[in-house]
Amino acid sequence: MKETEIQVLKIIEKNANLGVAKIAKMMGKSEQEIQQVIDDLEDKKAILGYSTLIDWAKVVEHEEVTAMVDVKVTPARGVGFDKVAERIYRFPEVKAVYLMSGAYDLSVTVNGKTMMDIGKFISEKLSALDSVLSTTTHFVLKRYKHDGFILEDDDEDDKRIVVSP
Amino acid sequence: MSKKSFVSKHVEDLKPSGIRRFFDVAAQMEDVISLGVGEPDFVTPWNFIEQSFHSLEQGYTSYTENAGMIELRKEISTYLNGNFQLDYDPAEQVIVTVGASQAIDLALRAVVEPSDEVIVVEPSFVAYVPTVSLAGGTPVTIQAEADNEFKLTAEAIEEAVTPRTKAIMLCNPNNPTGTFLTKEELEPIAEVIEKHDLVALSDEIYAELTYDASYTSFPSLAGMKERTILISGFSKAFAMTGWRLGYAAGPPDLIAAMVKIHQYTMMCAPTMAQHAALEAMKNGRPSVRDMFESYKQRRNFIVTSLNEMGLDCPNPGGAFYAFPSIKATGLSSAEFAEQLLHEEQVAVVPGDVFGESGEGYIRCSYATSLKQLDKAMDRMKRFVESRTPKTVS
Repeated sequence: MKETEIQVLKIIEKNANLGVAKIAKMMGKSEQEIQQVIDDLEDKKAILGYSTLIDWAKVVEHEEVTAMVDVKVTPARGVGFDKVAERIYRFPEVKAVYLMSGAYDLSVTVNGKTMMDIGKFISEKLSALDSVLSTTTHFVLKRYKHDGFILEDDDEDDKRIVVSP
Repeated sequence: MSKKSFVSKHVEDLKPSGIRRFFDVAAQMEDVISLGVGEPDFVTPWNFIEQSFHSLEQGYTSYTENAGMIELRKEISTYLNGNFQLDYDPAEQVIVTVGASQAIDLALRAVVEPSDEVIVVEPSFVAYVPTVSLAGGTPVTIQAEADNEFKLTAEAIEEAVTPRTKAIMLCNPNNPTGTFLTKEELEPIAEVIEKHDLVALSDEIYAELTYDASYTSFPSLAGMKERTILISGFSKAFAMTGWRLGYAAGPPDLIAAMVKIHQYTMMCAPTMAQHAALEAMKNGRPSVRDMFESYKQRRNFIVTSLNEMGLDCPNPGGAFYAFPSIKATGLSSAEFAEQLLHEEQVAVVPGDVFGESGEGYIRCSYATSLKQLDKAMDRMKRFVESRTPKTVS
């Protein structure tokens, strides 16, 4: 991948909301050039989408529970873990699926409105899959840092003096 | 009877810093976006801080060797070798100081004798001229030309040299102009320095923040290592200003002289800061790289913005300062900075506080988040538009 493409990705990974004009200025390139780079990256699916990191804990009306489930599965001949992973990630309740090294095979992140909902999903859907051997469920109690962002960081004031040599 | 002043004449005679005066005004105001800060906006990388905690927990709270912990001097020596192809013996050619500022002070006091002249290239860091005076020397300023992008030339040095000239202060990349000198531009300077048998005090605190070309450390030039005191530190590229940790490297006799002054006046640099610096040297590279990328993006952003609003600003090759001309507004540097502060609450530093050739320019530090920079550029644009006559079409 070209150096410009990597730089654009690094910039928008941190802030997808900058806009082409600002990114162009930051890189000392023209807007057209940056737009082209972004279009290309979207075409090759290096950029999959643009989402916003939200601290839902700040929204009292919002009810959401997250669980991380360690799943042991039987791999299938020829396709390994991919087939069973797909069976799992197609469920909309599933936010992330990773193939792991170590004590279990798949790490599955599940979101639901309540613990009951998640329990229901795991017992009725996830555990019920033929190739799933066992599940161990860990509920998230509090988020401190997510995707590189510290959630309760309200001490971001500039502590420097206003003018210095 | 009027009270006699107890303050010594030579301190009384020092000019108060133009930055200080401006700071007093800016500090009183609210909602100020400051582009006046000569230090990183990044907090020190966490692993450096954590290592310092650990050293305190382990009970490392006493003095270190005068010249600094040998482990740290070894790391500095390795770092200078790896990054700038320099070869300094950590035991005899490196001293750890309280910021690069103290290294400058020690170097000057080690070198200067009464009646010696020291050349300072303006626009310059505000401390050089007073530090030369405090060391008992006579500062001789030469003005880097705006027409030459504030690049120092061998000719300018040649004109300023007298039989009493002992040393020259160099700063590359430069604060406040951001001017960067390449190897080819440094070589003729080295020749003049050798010709007149001068000592070079090379302040390379911004060496890591060089954006467009590879960096040449002054003592790496032919014949310069024997006559150069390299001064640097952890403040800028490592975001450690408040830790006050710098260093100098040079010929053994000069470093020994600096250690001698240091042991009587300072004992040693702060121990917990030395432990943080050790971690910075060993494992600081990724953090330095990330900050570098941010500075580079901000530089491109601010330089384009300044030029777009009609303030002529060449692309600074290093440090984190843009030094645009404000001549198009018809204002002096001080007027521009004061009016901009009062009307738009943006603090910049008038260029003339860095020397007479800085008149007509302002220093804008881009060590500030992109969000703040963006806001500051909008405000500045509005201000500049209000001061520049519209062309009638």
